[in-house]
Amino acid sequence: MKEKKNRQVSGKIRKTLIQAGRSWQLYLLLMPGIVLTVIYKYIPMYGVQIAFRDYNPMQGFGGSPFVGMRWFVKFFTNYKSVEMIKNTMLLSLYSILWTFPIPIVLSLIMNQIKLERFKKVSQTILYAPHFVSIMIVCGMLRIFLSPYGGLITTLVRAAGGGNVTGLLDRPELFRTIYIASSVWQDTGWGMIIYMATLSGVDITYHEAAQVDGANIWQRILHIDLPELVPMIMIQLIMSFGDLMNVGFEKAFLLQTDLNKSTSEIIATYVYEQGMLKGMYSFSTAVGLFNTAVNIVLLILVNRISRKTADISFI
Amino acid sequence: MKSKTLKSKSDRIIEAVMVGIVSLTVLAVLYPLYYVLIASFSNPYDVYAGKTFFWVSEFTLEGYQRVFREGAIVSGYLNSIFYTALGTVLTTALVLTTAYPLSRREMPGRTGIMLFYLITMYFTGGLIPTYLVVAKTGLLNSVWALILPGGVSVFNVIVTRTYFETSIPKDLFEAAKIDGSGHLRTFVSMVLPLSRPIIAVMVVFAMVAFWNDWFTALIYMNSKDKYPLQLALRQILIQSEASANALSGMDGGYAEANRITELLKFSSMVVGAVPMLIFYPFVQKYFEKGLMVGAVKG
Repeated sequence: MKEKKNRQVSGKIRKTLIQAGRSWQLYLLLMPGIVLTVIYKYIPMYGVQIAFRDYNPMQGFGGSPFVGMRWFVKFFTNYKSVEMIKNTMLLSLYSILWTFPIPIVLSLIMNQIKLERFKKVSQTILYAPHFVSIMIVCGMLRIFLSPYGGLITTLVRAAGGGNVTGLLDRPELFRTIYIASSVWQDTGWGMIIYMATLSGVDITYHEAAQVDGANIWQRILHIDLPELVPMIMIQLIMSFGDLMNVGFEKAFLLQTDLNKSTSEIIATYVYEQGMLKGMYSFSTAVGLFNTAVNIVLLILVNRISRKTADISFI
Repeated sequence: MKSKTLKSKSDRIIEAVMVGIVSLTVLAVLYPLYYVLIASFSNPYDVYAGKTFFWVSEFTLEGYQRVFREGAIVSGYLNSIFYTALGTVLTTALVLTTAYPLSRREMPGRTGIMLFYLITMYFTGGLIPTYLVVAKTGLLNSVWALILPGGVSVFNVIVTRTYFETSIPKDLFEAAKIDGSGHLRTFVSMVLPLSRPIIAVMVVFAMVAFWNDWFTALIYMNSKDKYPLQLALRQILIQSEASANALSGMDGGYAEANRITELLKFSSMVVGAVPMLIFYPFVQKYFEKGLMVGAVKG
């Protein structure tokens, strides 16, 4: 009996090996990607251990002296660390709060417009800012917010803001500026998947509802919105899973000496400490903390969504 | 279109309001771009005095003359074209060669390799360890540093793999096998020609990403003559530096230098943004499709 089972298992292995042999050309195709991934993704993962060491280039990732939790202690005993964690999370949360619903609402509205030409042109124009680089967007913001006749400064003054100056330098305005510009830049882009989903809604539903005397508003609420719900859930889960990865680039490019109390997020601090000050181990430790929080959040969100909506993405 | 007759009066009012909302949104999105465009043709003092809200004031091409004399912008432009072309070709090839084997169910180890890639989506070595590896492999200050460390875009692999699995009829693979075609030949002469739409999507994604990237170059490039366009723009826009080259031969003193610096900001933004803004409407259907496949499968 046992022998038979063994033979079966070894037969299976042999079969797999034969199949693998037949697939050698597929493995060949995979090689370049795998080699690059090992070198530039997995070796850096191995290098994360310098968060627990005092890195020095001569001794390398594994050989530098072990210092335990020293860098983590240093980070958490810094009075600014709580502020940075708070800044990172608040910037993310507020971003989701604003940038998430706007494309949905606009898609529902746009979808009901029957002027096809108008719809198409509007959509194309709404995509435009997404293709403007973050560098240029931040350049525009800096110019518009300039105290010397910047567009936004002038408008604020005209709207009764008094003789305001240095809007970008004000910590209490940083999140507003950051989020408003994100809404401007990505609303059209965010609408793509919702518009595509809505275009798949069966037209006969709407016709039947119309016969029953439902107006546009009722039809949006009871036909279109329910169709969007699964997609909305997926998108929402994905954005919460990315909570700690809030856009470094814009925060970095909009940071000034005066707005740092709200614009300093973990990612900008990691860059500053690591690349500018050369504190490799400390910077890696702070970055590792960020990754760890993110993974915990991701698992949490995934678990909640699997229980409540039966949607899982890991 | 019989629904037209069914339309009630209130529906027509609501629809008019909706058209109004969308129109206002479109104008609000477009206006900042329009403002930069007209400002780039105007006298900067008039721009600051608020005289250019709707139309150009004192038309001038000086900003554009200066931009093309600005060494950093010109070399940045050429560098960006080169980096974008090379980066797009290589990363698209990587995505395709990775996605195809992963779409073949008969390949042993498929799940394991997929997991190997998925892990890199959620866990990374972070900024410094990656930088140290890039430095160690001798890539600093070369175009390879902008391309190779990015590796394989896992999201794009998933999208492409889904396309291979769902859009190419299974019978064709059977037929190829019966004809004695090996995997490589099937990939090159059957799968690729049938995958033009998804290849276009990948090319578009890669082009936009490489053209707009600056952070990778900021970390890995240390000589300014290798800076891509976005970093050249950073010097002008964020750090407010105009090169001595652009300012030389002027005798207006500080005020004149300031005027040129400000004018240069507007014209350089236009010059930097125009290629992508002209390009994207032509490839709109591709990125719409790519995003949709990604959302459903992601």
